[in-house]
Amino acid sequence: MVDISIYARLLWAQVRSYAAYRASFAIDLATNALVPLLDVATIIALFQVTPDIGGFDANEVLVMFGLAALSFALADVAVGQIEKIRIYVRTGLLDAALVRPLSVLGQLLCADLPLRKVSRIVVALAILVVAVARAPIEFTPARWALLIVAPTAGAVLFGAIYVATATVAFWWIDSGEFANALTYGGRDFTSFPVTVYGPAFRYLFAYGLGFAFVAYYPTLALLGRPDPLGGPAFLAWSSPAVAALAALVASVIWRIGVRQYRSTGS
Amino acid sequence: MTSAVIEARGLRRDFTIRKRIGRFRRQRSVVTAVDGIDLRIEAGELVGYLGPNGAGKSTTIKMLTGVLRPTAGYLRVCGLEPVTQRRQLARRIGVVFGQRSQLWWDLPLRDSFELARHIWRVPPADHAARLARFTRELDLSFLDTPVRQLSLGQRMRAELTIALLHGPQVVFLDEPTIGLDVLSKQAVRAFLTELRDRGDTTVVLTTHDLADIERLCRRLVVIDHGRVVHDGTLESLHARYGSRRAVVATLAEPLPEPVRLPGVDLVQISPDGRVLTFSLDGSRTPAGHLIATLAALGSLRDISIAEPTIEDVVARLYADGTDAGTA
Repeated sequence: MVDISIYARLLWAQVRSYAAYRASFAIDLATNALVPLLDVATIIALFQVTPDIGGFDANEVLVMFGLAALSFALADVAVGQIEKIRIYVRTGLLDAALVRPLSVLGQLLCADLPLRKVSRIVVALAILVVAVARAPIEFTPARWALLIVAPTAGAVLFGAIYVATATVAFWWIDSGEFANALTYGGRDFTSFPVTVYGPAFRYLFAYGLGFAFVAYYPTLALLGRPDPLGGPAFLAWSSPAVAALAALVASVIWRIGVRQYRSTGS
Repeated sequence: MTSAVIEARGLRRDFTIRKRIGRFRRQRSVVTAVDGIDLRIEAGELVGYLGPNGAGKSTTIKMLTGVLRPTAGYLRVCGLEPVTQRRQLARRIGVVFGQRSQLWWDLPLRDSFELARHIWRVPPADHAARLARFTRELDLSFLDTPVRQLSLGQRMRAELTIALLHGPQVVFLDEPTIGLDVLSKQAVRAFLTELRDRGDTTVVLTTHDLADIERLCRRLVVIDHGRVVHDGTLESLHARYGSRRAVVATLAEPLPEPVRLPGVDLVQISPDGRVLTFSLDGSRTPAGHLIATLAALGSLRDISIAEPTIEDVVARLYADGTDAGTA
């Protein structure tokens, strides 16, 4: 109910904590800004040797890349630190969260907001703005709205993947890089048109895990292009529904995971 | 009828351990950490919860605080079922886990208390009154220091404060004096004595520090191998486990003949035979009787009687428990 204000306070406490380490924070902020820039450099390099990738030209792919990068950066800042749950489970820090009258997930997310990654959001947004300006988009009110909705839905979907995969730590304490394979792997997957991937891989990642709805389908909607894979037109606009479904599934997995923790202990 | 703050009947907790046997195969085995505990703690009691490492102390505390789900048995804390009503329960209990801080590491201590006020939704007036009281009683002169700069003793006093700021009905203290210097231990004990004597907070204290037990706990619950092996006062523990006093007698010259009394053993004798140490079971021979006997046998120069220490009792108790467990 009024819990929101408490989580806001927990976040603010975290922000003030960073003030204790100003210099290292500034360095982290700068180096994090480089990450999306290096990725975009890779794409530009690819287009030096080929005029199109999976049937899309450089400007179109950059729109996709911008949407994917912005979605991922938003999710990474908001819930990326959930991957630390392994440490919380192993060291028993989760016990300290369980004896407070707040949601465990809420506390974990507010306990360590990776603000040093905020620079990635800024850079990803800049890339998206430039790409959209250069791409042949006929703007309608629906498409303007989609420019806001798509990164939001994409962030929710990535956030769901983060939570669901991190929850594996409750069962499998040394799950190591398993979660990263789906989170960072998913980010790289969504940066390119799904037409470049083989069928098995595509069905699993694009549709099974929903990654096609982060950038590929919203980009088709922005460009007004039909799906080269022959998918129905409504798919282009269904990102919010897919994101909501993913969030629901992730919250169920999380609940089962916490219950599992309480029946395992540390 | 239930005025009990904590009520457990047949509380049990199993853990499944998977052990590798061979390259891929794993064997599952079930370990029972808590094996049918009955416990009833009334409002305002201060109970010492003791046991050797691995006896099931922390598993019990985790079940009582809603961190761990019991495998079987009945459990109510403040009338609530801990795991299913975790958040309601968290409002009514306070917890100090010796090694796991509730404080915000990089912020001034004051800020942690302010956050706690919001987390537990404490009315500002109550918060101010309690904070003033704890600041006085625990001498919190370091409210503006970041937590990471506090000494261990200061940090423990801060942990106690944050656990009590919302006025919990029950507070669980897991080794609150571990690693503290003498002065800090005294400060913590004095504070807990005060808290106990006010009588409005139930305290469950786990500790290995025997001085804590002697000064603070009127009731001791001792567990071993997941079972309660003693529940009662310190005195009844001594009586039950035949605690012995040590009687040291200094004589003008060696005894002409040995002392033969029931429950009296000569445990040490000086090379010149003039200083004798006896171990005495007071229930069989009163100390006065031993002294009178010694005085009759020879000329008694000096006598001293040492009370049984809880170290002896607990060591004996743990040893018994181990024997029972392996038998």
